[in-house]
Amino acid sequence: MLAQQLANGLFLGAVYALFAIGYTLVFGVLDILNLAHAAIFMATAFAAIALVGAGLPLALAIAIAVVFAGLLGIALDRVAFAPLRARNAGTLVPLISSIGVAIAIGGVARGLFGPGEHRFPSGTLGPLGEGRIHLGALAFSGLDIVILGVALALMGTLAYVMRATSLGRAIRAVAEDRVAAALLGLDLERTIALTFFIASALGGAAGILIGLQYDSVSLEMGSRIELKGLAIVILGGMGSITGAVIGAFILGAVEVLSVAYITSSYRDAVAFGVMFAILVLRPSGLLGKRALRTA
Amino acid sequence: MLAWFAAHSKLIDQIGINALLALSLSISLRSGQLALAQAAFMGIAAYVGAIGAVEAHWNLPLSLVIGSLCAAIAAALLALPLGRLRGVFLAIATIGFGEIARIVEINVKATGGAEGYANIPNDANTAWIYGTLGITGALILIFERSRAALAIAATREDESAARGVGIDVTAVRFGALVAGAALAGCAGVLYAHANYFITPSDFGFARMEQILVGCVIGGVTSSLGAVIGAAVMTILPESVRFLADYREVSTGAILLAIVLFAPDGIAGLWQRRA
Repeated sequence: MLAQQLANGLFLGAVYALFAIGYTLVFGVLDILNLAHAAIFMATAFAAIALVGAGLPLALAIAIAVVFAGLLGIALDRVAFAPLRARNAGTLVPLISSIGVAIAIGGVARGLFGPGEHRFPSGTLGPLGEGRIHLGALAFSGLDIVILGVALALMGTLAYVMRATSLGRAIRAVAEDRVAAALLGLDLERTIALTFFIASALGGAAGILIGLQYDSVSLEMGSRIELKGLAIVILGGMGSITGAVIGAFILGAVEVLSVAYITSSYRDAVAFGVMFAILVLRPSGLLGKRALRTA
Repeated sequence: MLAWFAAHSKLIDQIGINALLALSLSISLRSGQLALAQAAFMGIAAYVGAIGAVEAHWNLPLSLVIGSLCAAIAAALLALPLGRLRGVFLAIATIGFGEIARIVEINVKATGGAEGYANIPNDANTAWIYGTLGITGALILIFERSRAALAIAATREDESAARGVGIDVTAVRFGALVAGAALAGCAGVLYAHANYFITPSDFGFARMEQILVGCVIGGVTSSLGAVIGAAVMTILPESVRFLADYREVSTGAILLAIVLFAPDGIAGLWQRRA
């Protein structure tokens, strides 16, 4: 029973991690809180539904929707953050402009898709949706395995990009010291745009996976995960990718366990209680901001 | 005129309450604290005032006093552990506090849970709301001419320098947070007593965003700006109803335009010319 709960926590944590990485990546590079991240998460899930509805196979629909999410991220930066960056507007104003974009994205989604719960067309999952896979005492659906696999593959790719490519070096350099990076000839705006592409693509992928997992996509799905994402990022340490991943798996496990063994009604309070305690006792989180710089 | 007033009285009341909320947030923002628990303070006071009115037949003034006192106490207890947090970290911690408050409101029996708390006496009329707003405005105007207002501004602009000239920065930050919470509490009690009915989701993160947006588009350090910002953000969604499902797009776009093209908010437009 405990093992099954922990396995469920693992699936949940993997998706949380994808989402939270987006927050922490943008914060690490720009020191701003991007409150439009959850809107992109939601919009991407809707985009995937629309693409599947138009007859595309699921894998292709996911790929196109994730690229769409990345481009949306770049657009977000150009509209809401780049002009403010140019005049050194501090941390409060970008927070507000990202809320503006989030409201606008929510409005477009409401206009195009309307309120209520939306589902992927039946049969989208094919054989993945049927039957259970048994592994000892554990049981999963094929979808669980695919979701975990996709999430881990994306995280692995990100780790590779951050450590071993010139783009990763550029992102870490900008996170370390923006001015010095620019002086050394780094194309600042291009690096920031690519950071937003990666952060939003991962957040969008998380949206699709959650939508598939619960077979439900709605306008409110973003606000449900938004603050949890913040809790994860604080737990792991603002700006730390590894920290966000660890924090996400911890939160996934804690949530599943508190539903199973304590009570479901205070499930979300546990997440925020942990976050609050971390902020009071150790504001730098499990792994402080340095981790993005040295990733 | 009277007919127009009657037709729009709900909206007018809403503007007054939102203006109080924007002012309450601007008090803590002025001291340089990005503390986003205003919706939670509002909710705590709303529930205390409403439960007192229904269970113990408090009248509105008593609900207002006890409600806002409870909000102020909550803020004081919150300020102690969060004293050393700054910027985005303070924002996130206070958002977390707001979520915990909302979840407790959903799960505690006394509040009626997620279905909400009903039968609140509907005695907060326009006169009460604008009377409170008027008194608050007058108090803020008097306060703005005092030395304490300078201490708050100094704390916002440069904490170390403020410490250097002998300002008790910790006390200033504490005082601003508690005063802002008390005012948010007043707004919460009025909100409850103007609506018959409250639910925990009335005081969630969406409400906090709405308060923040009103305050910032008005201009953070201007009281009149905060009031105008709150009015704009209340009227705007109503005035573009013809856009139907797409009306949020215009709200987002106008918000973005103000942030980008009027950096000091609406108040900055006349402050710069002056």
